[in-house]
Amino acid sequence: MQAATLEFRHVHKQYPGADKPAIADLSFRVEAGDICVLVGPSGCGKTTAMRLVNRMIDLTSGEILLDGRSVMERRPAELRREVGYAIQQIGLFPHRTIADNIATVPKLLNWDKTRTKARVEELLDLIGLDRSLGRRYPAQLSGGQRQRVGVARALAADPPLLLMDEPFGAIDPINRERLQNEFLRLQGELRKTVVFVTHDIDEAIKMGDKIAILKEGGHLAQYATPSELLMYPADKFVEDFVGADRALKRLALQRVRDIDLWKAATVRTGEDSAAAKAKLADADLPYLLLVDDRGRPKGWLSDRALSGERIVEDLRSSADPIVEMDDILRDALSDLLAADTRYGPVVDEAGAVRGILSLEAVGHALAATGGHVPTATELARESAAHDGRATADGLSSGSGSDLARS
Amino acid sequence: MIHAALGPFGDAIEFIFKERESQAGTVRVGGLGEIWDFTSTHLLLSFTATLIATAIALPLGIWLGHIGRFQFLATSISNIGRAVPALGLIVFFIAFLGVGFTNVCAALVLLAIPPILTNAYVGVRGVDPETVDAARGVGLTGTEIATRVELPLALPTIMNGIRIALVSVIATATIAPLANVDTLGRPIISPNVYGTAGQLGSCIVVALVTLGADGAFAALQRAVTPKGLKVGQRPKARRFALKFPIPTRSTT
Amino acid sequence: MSGLAVTPVLAQLSDDFFGDRQGAADRCPGNNELCPGWIVDNFTDYLNPLWEHVLLSVIPLAIGFVLATGLAMLAHRYPKLAPPFLAFVSILFTIPSIAFYLILINVTGRGFATAVVALTAYTQVLIFRNVLTGLREVPQGTVEAAQGMGMSSRQILFGVELPMALPTIFAGLRIAASSTVGIAGFAFFAGAGGLGQSIFADPRFRGNVVAASVLMILLAAALELAVLAVQRALTPWQRAVSR
Repeated sequence: MQAATLEFRHVHKQYPGADKPAIADLSFRVEAGDICVLVGPSGCGKTTAMRLVNRMIDLTSGEILLDGRSVMERRPAELRREVGYAIQQIGLFPHRTIADNIATVPKLLNWDKTRTKARVEELLDLIGLDRSLGRRYPAQLSGGQRQRVGVARALAADPPLLLMDEPFGAIDPINRERLQNEFLRLQGELRKTVVFVTHDIDEAIKMGDKIAILKEGGHLAQYATPSELLMYPADKFVEDFVGADRALKRLALQRVRDIDLWKAATVRTGEDSAAAKAKLADADLPYLLLVDDRGRPKGWLSDRALSGERIVEDLRSSADPIVEMDDILRDALSDLLAADTRYGPVVDEAGAVRGILSLEAVGHALAATGGHVPTATELARESAAHDGRATADGLSSGSGSDLARS
Repeated sequence: MIHAALGPFGDAIEFIFKERESQAGTVRVGGLGEIWDFTSTHLLLSFTATLIATAIALPLGIWLGHIGRFQFLATSISNIGRAVPALGLIVFFIAFLGVGFTNVCAALVLLAIPPILTNAYVGVRGVDPETVDAARGVGLTGTEIATRVELPLALPTIMNGIRIALVSVIATATIAPLANVDTLGRPIISPNVYGTAGQLGSCIVVALVTLGADGAFAALQRAVTPKGLKVGQRPKARRFALKFPIPTRSTT
Repeated sequence: MSGLAVTPVLAQLSDDFFGDRQGAADRCPGNNELCPGWIVDNFTDYLNPLWEHVLLSVIPLAIGFVLATGLAMLAHRYPKLAPPFLAFVSILFTIPSIAFYLILINVTGRGFATAVVALTAYTQVLIFRNVLTGLREVPQGTVEAAQGMGMSSRQILFGVELPMALPTIFAGLRIAASSTVGIAGFAFFAGAGGLGQSIFADPRFRGNVVAASVLMILLAAALELAVLAVQRALTPWQRAVSR
């Protein structure tokens, strides 16, 4: 099973005894292979909406169609075995080994032992856990590892739809960032349909192909791509919820490689000083950047370095921060500000200088409203496509900004 | 006669209310007067033992809980207490120290100490460390923290411990006649004088007295629980805990 | 009257059990002293009461465990049943056992079965409470995850909730084990023998009291250890955590 479409049609949910509906006339459609994020303040009904899909809660009226078939026609247990489910508390069974946890749904589906075992090992590889960890118990794993196992368990029977309820909510910010990146990379390969619930608009913007913003009473305030949402909020509620810094948030949707970089004047030690000075005429920045044999930045040259006939290594300042092409624009800008500088050399995968990122260039990118702004999953897919080994490596590597190092 | 319809129970109830001849026909036994004498001795013995045990175990338990050490000691005392049979302990005291109110009372004190000590310790340890931290932060001294913060918050657990101890002691005091202390156990131990009616009648009274003391203590417990705890407790779990103490030990 | 004017039944017992001690020429037992030599010589006299005591402890524990676990599962399923169940078993537990035994023999007659009924009743509150608490302490998230993966409520109860409650259940069972050994000390009031009968048969003789009491303590400890061993075998994940 690859991925299924999911459609809400005029879905209404009213709890018995409640005077107001929890979900009111909710309609939207999620295409196969997309991540749809349900986001909104607490009490907006986002979790309720998600739980209607696998019939943890039954809807009052309307229809939810999974691959065109109403979920109300299905037996709940059978439906749930077909829909992956990962929640904030993870809900791993502490009394079962990691392998047994992952095998929960395959066992419910009566898969034979060989097939189950093979699938468990495949999933452990996929989430970048050593196969020997399969014999451990959840309490013996770190929080991040448990979270990965939770996702693996949800994926065990290869469900066409994955429901995730604040799956990274209880994780510290650094690990959350890492898990988000890993999940996006995984999704770039698996292309499941995902319904993802969060209260964090930044997470929604990062994870979603489409975002459904709900407001109190289960009303759909806006259903749009992240960039549409940031550029054209439908109403005051969405504008407030997205935040006054929504223009800045768009920086999170762009990569350094997406914007026009400044041309750098790069020189090496031993080069002719006069020729080097001539390079400045062609560059966007009146400073020479010293690079090594392989074109990796070493630092900004001082005037003294040019006083002789040949260039000597005499730096006015280091090349920090060094920005990578795949860095998110927001992070790159943050690096510039943190280093108290206006310029940073941009390097490619090999570490060679490709241009200069300047505050002016970032400002230009912010001002430009038109044009396509790619979503995070699109970016993940692109990088997964041009680098086959990406997924497993990215997950197993313990390093930070995984998205950046494909 | 409705008593007749109840068989042995009818006879037993009659024993409680009406004096009669002893088995050997030598003395008058039974009736509310004698039952009342037995009951008052029974309760006096039980309350004295529980009070002494509380005076010893409560400050010790609170102190141990406050300084947060000797956890092993505090919890093993209750484990050992549970393993030592009440019967053995009482008889032990009689066999080694002789009969009399003081000796049997000392044996009952020993029985009552473990649940009080352990519950006091656990109750104080169970107080949210953040609350204690906050108390220290606003400048309360160690003694003030123990008496104004930890003690009131641990009160429900502490009271549970005393309640368990009291119920155990009342139950065990039934065998005090072995040491020549005439509690409600006298007709039970000496049916050759009181007859089976006396034996069964006393059993009924002992059961009622125990249940009554337990119920009265539960009411007291509810009265002394800090209001904030009652309001704040999560509806089900805590209400259970209040109504029904965790019986950590049983005796007779 | 004499404090030790025990019942004819008890006096009789004393003669049967300690017939060889009464008026013993040996000075030690005659003076009611501890007499280790006497204990060693007469140790076999305690084996039968010990075996009776073992049965009086193990059988009520086994029946009580099944019964209380069933009741607790019912109360877990239908939460409204929990308070009345708990109130009932708590009251049973509060009644002093001597009274319980003697009241009960007027209903079910003297003997082993009556003692087992009473002792089983006493195990109920300890086991019931802990099973129910254990089931309730299973995190909501775990249960929801199980539901979300399509497990039936029966699969969740037996596959998730009960196993996860095992540590709490066994904690209750351990307390119940030592309590039952203690309460079984009075089972002779129901005519079921046991080590309590040995103690009562000659409560002034230190050697006897010590021998029988120590056997009871050892039995309580052995039962607790046995329960602990079973718990360890059934909950491997607990050991994994503490490693």
